[in-house]
Amino acid sequence: MELAIIIPLLAAAVQSGTPILYATLGEIITEKSGVLNLGVEGVMIIGTLTAFVVALATGSPTLAFVAAGIAGTLTAAIHGMVCLWFKGNQVVSGLALTILGTGLADYLGNAYVGRTAPGFTPIALPLVSEIPIVGPIFFNHDPLVYLTYGIPPLIWYGLMRTRPGLCLRAAGEHPAAATAAGLHVAAYRWFGVLGGGFLMGLGGAYLSLSYTHLWTNNLTGGRGWIAVALVIFAFWRPGRAVFGAYLFGGIMALQLRLQASGTQIPSSLLLMLPYALTVIVLVLSSWRRGMSEAPAALGINVEPAD
Amino acid sequence: MRVLQALAVLMLCLSFSNVQAAEKELNVGFIYVSPIGDAGWSYAHDLGRLGLEGMPGVKTSYVEAVAEGPDSERVMQNMARKGYDIIFATSFGYMDPMLKVAKQFPNIRFMHCSGFKTADNMGNYFGRMYQARYLSGMVAGGMTKSKTIGYVAAFPIPEVIRGINAFTLGVQAVNPEATVRVVWTKTWYDPATEKEAAKSLLDVGADVIAQHQDSPGPQEAAQEKGVYSIGYNSDMSAFAPKAHLTAPIWNWAPFYRNVIEQVRQGTWKAESVWPGMETGIVDLAPFGTMVPKDLQDKVMAAKAEIVAGKNKIFVGPIKDQKGTVKIADGVVAPDTDLLGMTWFVQGVVGTTE
Repeated sequence: MELAIIIPLLAAAVQSGTPILYATLGEIITEKSGVLNLGVEGVMIIGTLTAFVVALATGSPTLAFVAAGIAGTLTAAIHGMVCLWFKGNQVVSGLALTILGTGLADYLGNAYVGRTAPGFTPIALPLVSEIPIVGPIFFNHDPLVYLTYGIPPLIWYGLMRTRPGLCLRAAGEHPAAATAAGLHVAAYRWFGVLGGGFLMGLGGAYLSLSYTHLWTNNLTGGRGWIAVALVIFAFWRPGRAVFGAYLFGGIMALQLRLQASGTQIPSSLLLMLPYALTVIVLVLSSWRRGMSEAPAALGINVEPAD
Repeated sequence: MRVLQALAVLMLCLSFSNVQAAEKELNVGFIYVSPIGDAGWSYAHDLGRLGLEGMPGVKTSYVEAVAEGPDSERVMQNMARKGYDIIFATSFGYMDPMLKVAKQFPNIRFMHCSGFKTADNMGNYFGRMYQARYLSGMVAGGMTKSKTIGYVAAFPIPEVIRGINAFTLGVQAVNPEATVRVVWTKTWYDPATEKEAAKSLLDVGADVIAQHQDSPGPQEAAQEKGVYSIGYNSDMSAFAPKAHLTAPIWNWAPFYRNVIEQVRQGTWKAESVWPGMETGIVDLAPFGTMVPKDLQDKVMAAKAEIVAGKNKIFVGPIKDQKGTVKIADGVVAPDTDLLGMTWFVQGVVGTTE
């Protein structure tokens, strides 16, 4: 393939990878604190709808983006209440959250189907967008994509190099020891759930503010589930999450582009690619478990110490 | 006392229902697969339903966003139990559930859109959308400069393939060298995927984007790139005013009115009907201002021929992608062939798998 096809493909990979990246980073924070949230899809779609409605009502995409984050936080708080207050089963609660989120968004969003709202449009960054190859791939997007370039290093630094980050990881690795050390485990877990929910909401917002400027039922289309799988693929590391999200985004963009280029491969096979890759990735990741940084107490509820 | 009250209420109800029966008010129910605001398929059907509202003695109601399968069966049963007289179900996947419910309620008339099964009290209906697609293909063929037209398509089923073929024949009628590239999304309504599919076609040089999808996602992509687009279902120009050339559109109101009249007069039969442009069931949306006058005239002349029954569109010689003659010289393809079409005409780039 020539450059004229590869560059737009890679640019599309970054774009389609972005909503998954937001959600994957959110799930990493949540899981690092020891809470498994399988409700990513539900949290995302609430963010998607909130962003659309707020953008339509206020005309401000920025406000809509922040509102989606807050809506994501509130939705994730339901999971927090079930798991952290009532010590409910995290898997069941997460699955319920997905069903609740998608159902609620369908119901509340019915009146908005088919309308268009203001959103973000691509802005080529001066100077860097002129760099050959790298420029058009990475620096000719909308502001929400640029924002994701900064978030993974921040999360990495926050988790690995700061004291609160260490405490959050302790809550996920060995809550009993953390409690013995005088840490308030529940508080860190709450932070993980709510902070993660905020990012998932932002990921959802990307779909209705940048990717399209429309609202429809099931706009997230399973991207939340891909994010859950990507966390495992990324070994719970923000850097690898970036790679994984772009890889998935790239496969999604590739299968459509292969069709457009007139390939004779049946489209059904091409459409399977992202999901087949999910399975392959999970198999490969389980082989190389040694490198993984899965939190030891992931999914295990902590009884109050006192 | 209580017994008396209950009796009074009962009498009231009975007399009320008698009055209704005397006036022969028709209760007409519609079932849609997506929300009616989608600007697409269900929206077009709902415009048809609204066209019935003016008829005296007709009451309509609808249920939107009903999933195909068991959910739809429940909705239909509900409507039937409430005493609806006619029920229209407007998605392919409602066919088998409707067949089941139709057998349980033999006195209610059922109409299914886009399927092929009938029963004593269940008919099916569709429109010859391919005629309007042929005309929209002519517009696309007249406007393309790169001689590459992109077509974002939902599922490789005969309905969609037939539309792509008719569109391509229309393109070739004005621009014999142009090709139509097809990308399948395997979804009827997913703005994000459809937009991405349109972008991938733009990247390989398409400068007109057509669609057999229910969302305006591809329209958005064309407008952002500064090229042209052809909508579908209803006039989609509001979503891409600078790009939207025209759209093959549905106009169900006259058809639905006709069915109601037939039921009233007792002439309604449970059969398969497939009316075309001459009844107005399919049409072209108004042209965008960028379509030159001579092209508009050419398209309108072709429309007049189709309406008059002089242009049947699938008239041989028509070759498939490999160059094999599929419809022989001078032969008009019969409806059974059109309804089971699984091959692309020459000039389409893509696979039907």
